[in-house]
Order: sequence, then C-alpha cells, then structure tokens
Amino acid sequence: MLEINNLKSRIGDSEILRGVSLSVKTGEVHAIMGPNGSGKSTLAQVVAGHEDYEVSGGSVTYDGKDLLELEPEERAREGIFLGFQYPVEIPGVNNAYLLKAAVNAKRKHQGLGEVDAFEFLKLAREKMAMLGMDPKFLNRGVNEGFSGGEKKRNEILQMAMLEPRLAILDETDSGLDIDALKAVAEGVNTLRSPDRAIVLVTHYQRLLDYIQPDFVHVLSEGRIVRSGDKSLALELEEKGYDWLREAATA
Amino acid sequence: MATESENLESLVNRRYEHGFVTDIATESLPPGLDEDVIRAISARKNEPEFMLEWRLQAYRQWLEMREPDWAHVHYPKIDYNEISYFSAPKSDEDRPKSLDEVDPKLLETYDKLGIPLHERARLAGVAVDAVFDSVSVATTFKEKLADVGVIFCSFSEAVQEHPALVRKYLGTVVPRRDNFFAALNAAVFSDGSFVYIPKGVRCPMELSTYFRINAANTGQFERTLIIADEGSHVSYLEGCTAPMRDENQLHAAVVELVALKDAEIKYSTVQNWYPGDENGVGGIYNFVTKRGDCRGANSKISWTQVETGSAITWKYPSCLLRGENSVGEFYSVAVANNMQQADTGTKMIHIGRNTSSTIVSKGISAGRAENAYRGLVRVMPQAHGARNHTQCDSLLIGKQCGAHTFPYMEIKNPTARVEHEATTSKISADQLFYCRQRGISEEDAVNMIVNGFCKEVFKELPMEFAVEAQALLNVSLEGAVG
Ligand SMILES: Nc1ncnc2c1ncn2[C@@H]1O[C@H](COP(=O)(O)OP(=O)(O)OP(=O)(O)O)[C@@H](O)[C@H]1O
Ligand SMILES: [Mg+2]
Repeated sequence: MLEINNLKSRIGDSEILRGVSLSVKTGEVHAIMGPNGSGKSTLAQVVAGHEDYEVSGGSVTYDGKDLLELEPEERAREGIFLGFQYPVEIPGVNNAYLLKAAVNAKRKHQGLGEVDAFEFLKLAREKMAMLGMDPKFLNRGVNEGFSGGEKKRNEILQMAMLEPRLAILDETDSGLDIDALKAVAEGVNTLRSPDRAIVLVTHYQRLLDYIQPDFVHVLSEGRIVRSGDKSLALELEEKGYDWLREAATA
Repeated sequence: MATESENLESLVNRRYEHGFVTDIATESLPPGLDEDVIRAISARKNEPEFMLEWRLQAYRQWLEMREPDWAHVHYPKIDYNEISYFSAPKSDEDRPKSLDEVDPKLLETYDKLGIPLHERARLAGVAVDAVFDSVSVATTFKEKLADVGVIFCSFSEAVQEHPALVRKYLGTVVPRRDNFFAALNAAVFSDGSFVYIPKGVRCPMELSTYFRINAANTGQFERTLIIADEGSHVSYLEGCTAPMRDENQLHAAVVELVALKDAEIKYSTVQNWYPGDENGVGGIYNFVTKRGDCRGANSKISWTQVETGSAITWKYPSCLLRGENSVGEFYSVAVANNMQQADTGTKMIHIGRNTSSTIVSKGISAGRAENAYRGLVRVMPQAHGARNHTQCDSLLIGKQCGAHTFPYMEIKNPTARVEHEATTSKISADQLFYCRQRGISEEDAVNMIVNGFCKEVFKELPMEFAVEAQALLNVSLEGAVG
C-alpha cells in the first residue's frame, strides 16, 4: 500500500531523512522507534505532505500512485491520517464543526452526500464513549486548552470518525495515563483490518503490549538501521539504542 | 494575487464608465455647491421652510470647517465643486432589461452569498418594472406596520407627512456642526429612511426585510433618523451583502438614533461597498457619522456591524448614555483586504448613573490592508457606577497586513469600572496544515477559522443575515492565503 524508497528530505540546509526505505502492506501494523531527533516525525510529516520539508530524493507511492504529487488534503481524502505528535490549537473553531467538515470532505471525495447531522452526532458520541471522552469536548474549540492527554484522545476520535486506510500515529501514546492508553489502543485495534494499515511512532514498549505490531523498525540519524518483529522492541527496551548506533557506524 | 471576487468586481466595473446623468434639462443639477444649489435641492423636494433654513445654516457652518486629517487613512483630495449634489435616478434605458443581460460572474456571487432569487434583479440594477411587483409586497408590510402605528418611510416622505416629528428630532443627536462630513450631509442630503416607533410598541418585524425590498439607490448623502418612543423596541438592518457599486466615490451618511425611556434600538449593518481593485482604484470612500442617544432611563442601543467593503472606511458608531441605567453595545467585524483601509471603532460616552457599555471589535486584515480600531470610553464626572468592557481582537492573514488598536479612556468618575482586553492572532501555517491533513481545503480552513473568530459578533445579527454575513466574509477573503 505504502512504498517508501530511499526517501531523502531536508529542512533548510540540514538533511534530516537520509535515505529511508519502508514497505507497508494492507493488514499490517508497523512500529517505528528511535532516539529523539532521529527523524520519525519528519517521516510522518513528509508522508502527510507538510510543505516545510523539501523532498530531495527518493519516492513515495500509495496504492501505486505517486503520493508526493498530491496536495495534503488530497492525501487525507485518499485515506491517509496523521495523528500529530503536537496537535495544534484552533481557538474559536468548534471541535464538532472541524470533525464534521473533515468527514464531509472525505465523503464528497467518495461521491457521497453530506453526513446527516443526527447520524453524525450519534456516531461521534459512540466513539467518544469508547475513548472515555466527555461529549462536552465536541463543543470546545479544537484542542483549545485541552490537556496533553486530551489532545491525543481527540486525535484518535478524529481517526475513528474518518476510518483511514493508512493511519500514522506519531507518539499518540506519550502523555497518556493508563486508562487513556488502553482506550487509545482499543480505538486503534478496532480500526485494524485486512484492508487497512497502521504505523505507530512510539518510544515505549507499553503501547506495543496493547497493539501487537507485525514489524518494528529503528530510525536513527535519518535512516532505518534495524527492522525486525515485535521482539526487537523488547530488545530495545532492555539495551537502549547505543548498540544499534555502534552497529550502524561500524 | 487577484481573487475571484475582485475579478468579478472589475468586470462589473464596466458600467462605471457610463458615469452619471448630468442632463440639466431633466432633473440633475450641474456640479458645484453654493447656496443656490441648496435652495434648488430643497425646492425640488418641496420642503417646508424650516428644512431649507436648517440646510442653509449647515452649509454656512460647513464653509468654516476644515476637512479632517487622519493619521491612518490616506486618500486623494476631494474637490467638492466637482460633485453633483442632485442627480436624477438612472434612467431605465441604461439598465439591463433582465437578468439575462447581467454579467454571469455577478450572478455567481449572488449565488455564493445565498441572495434570494427575487432580490437579485434589483441588486443587479435591472430596471425595476421588469423585476417583480414590489408594490404589493411593500403594501402588505406597510399595512402591517401602520396597524401598530409604526412609521417607516423615506426621509423625504417624513418631511412631508410628519414634519413635527422631523423637526423635533432632526440634528438632536448629530448636530449640524458635529464634523466636516456631518455638516456637508446636513446641507445637501438627498434622502434616507425615517422610523418612528410609538410608545410601548414592539415593532412586529425586522425592518430589514422591508428595507431590502424597497431601498432605492439613496445616493451618497444619506440620512437616517430612528426614534423609539418610551418602552418601544425595534430592530433595523441596513445594507446588504451583495457587492454594492456606486458611481459616487464619496459617501457621507448620517444616522441618528433616539431611544427614550425603556426603549431599545438594535441597529445592524452589513456593508459591502466596492473596495476598489487590487490597487484600491475606484473604491468607495465611506465617511459615516452614526450616533445613538440613550436619552431615557433604562434605554438600550446596540450597534452591530459587518464591514467588508469600501476603499476607505471611516466610521464610529457611538452611544451617548444619558439615561440612568442605559446600555450601549457595539459589536463589529471589519475586514480589510488588498489595499483597503479601515479606520473604525466606537465611542461610548457615559453621562447617566449606572450606565454600562460593551464593545466587541474583531478586525481581520489580509493582503496589504491596514485595519485600525479606535475606541473612546469617556466617563463623565456625574456618571456614578459606570461600567465598560472592551474586547478588541485582531486576526492577521498573511505577512504584509497590519492591525492597530488605539483605546482611549477618559475616566472622570472614580467609581467607574473599565476593562480592556486586546489580542492579536495570526492564522498559522500549522493550523492550516492540520486542517488540510483532515481533508479540508485551505480556503475552507481559512473560512472556518475566520468564522470562529467572528462568532461573538455574528450571533448578534438577525438570524438570516448572520448566514449571509458569514458567506460574505468567505467571499471577501477568497484567495487571501496562498
Ligand atoms: N522545522 C524545523 N526546523 C529545523 N529543524 C527541524 C525542523 N523540524 C525538525 N527539525 C530537526 O530535524 C530533526 C528530526 O526531527 P524529528 O521531529 O523528525 O525527530 P523525532 O524522531 O520525531 O524526535 P522525537 O522522538 O523527539 O519526537 C531534529 O534534529 C529536529 O531538530
Ligand atoms: Mg517526533
């Protein structure tokens, strides 16, 4: 579904991704781990189409199409969802309003009519109950004054409503309490299906206890230096990243 | 980058070249201003002696006044002798005969704004007879209003039919010599609206509906007088969201509101004058004096405005809070795009005891526009217990625009409580990217953020206009980003 081939990306003068290759097939769950500043968020942003990151080499295809040709909103409507590491606040814009606009943008793209207001609310309430979110959050400004954990849950709410084919979750587990972590994991597991794929960026094994990944990759200094199955995550938990760095430079 | 709405405006611009009718043989006066011109205007309108006297005195006062010179707006010098102060309405031969002859781009805008079908023809300047039978609709409204004793008519008609009321209230809120443009208006005003709500009457309808069906082109010197007698209530809407064009660059209107004991006036404006092209050429200069007088105890005057048009807007809807416990409110959204200059704000003058005022101003700047808010809160020595809350927010779209806030406070009574809050925010690239990642286009994202920013003001507008005002903002800001 997603084929990343020798992807290079820079911001200003510094090269941040230095040749990343990754193949994600439908039905799979991939975890990307790696030290701070290694380029995990950058990779996610490039896939989502952030214009600040210049693609200086390589290719990304999605269902065989050149993804880099598409505008960010087109990528989203084609089913790519990014759960942001730092969700932005949009004061004054009603959370439900943004959610509905997003759902409708996607439906329009699929040639469907606008969602029925009643159905929409019903569905949103259901998803919120699953995530342990108070329905009050629908009427707040988008992420406005939300706590760190609340913002992350809100990202998952959006994901649950949009039912993306490819969900990339950038440290959605950071800052969550135990209950929230379970709720988020449940949200992700519900989405798991043979025609969807999930990429989790995380620092913690904890999340992977709840969402079992098929593959684990380690990104270091802009390259994937090691890939393996879920046992790799356990190994990292035990040994840290240094042994991999040494292995990579040796 | 040229926006769609500008393109559309410049297409409509073609009609501008026709200029206005100066056929002396029919009805128009040649350009120029002196006492004879004023006598001629008054004679043509068949005015009583007191009106002529009033106009002449205003003219003499105007001659001694100097045109103001403001720090934040710039415009070329106006030659007052090049203006024709009485021009006949455009003859029907110059107008399109039906909507089929109207520029499709203009019709497209009406569509975007959700203007009702039956109003489009009139707005597009189609000859009135061909439009629809406005007379019967108007008559129904008139009868309904007459049933409860509400007077709502053109200013000229009021001068003929209700001279005592006109004489009693005209110029009592905005005196002739109040300022340069008010004096000019007093001398030469062509027409406008007159409203009187009798004691204890709650006006049975939004006066907007009626107004929109009947508003002829009232011209560049318009005068409105609204009187709400004791215990009465009225909501009035001026303007229209459709792009309004006029051959006259200079507009100097005067609006006077009088609220007697326990009365309430809600005055809403949605204005969309032609702002000029991308370089500001051809836009309207809009210098307006609007003032409400809360003359009686417990009276209330509320101004709500959404302004997107004009090359230059200079206006300060104000409230004189004279009655004990009287309340003044000002809710404003002002959008300035491209080369527009907006200098707006309000004045709240607290005179009576326990008077209170609320100011909510939302300024949006895009392109290279400058948006200035100027607000004066004055608490007179006798105004014990006066309260004011001012909230002044600016939103910037893009990097070349500016917003300026000038709060002035003159507090002469120690018991007054005055609060001022101001914020400036930008639509950030991160916010836009976040929305786009959710599948929402950049334009829709901007609209969403702008509408969120203006929510507090929109909720003050009558329902139907809130929807139109929102659509209007979206159209005005098309292409503002990117
Ligand atoms: N806008 C930017 N301007 C300059 N440098 C940037 C920018 N964005 C990212 N970088 C740099 O790129 C590198 C990779 O950042 P990135 O956010 O992708 O790391 P990460 O792997 O997600 O780290 P973390 O685990 O801390 O979230 C860092 O050194 C960061 O400082
Ligand atoms: Mg990161």
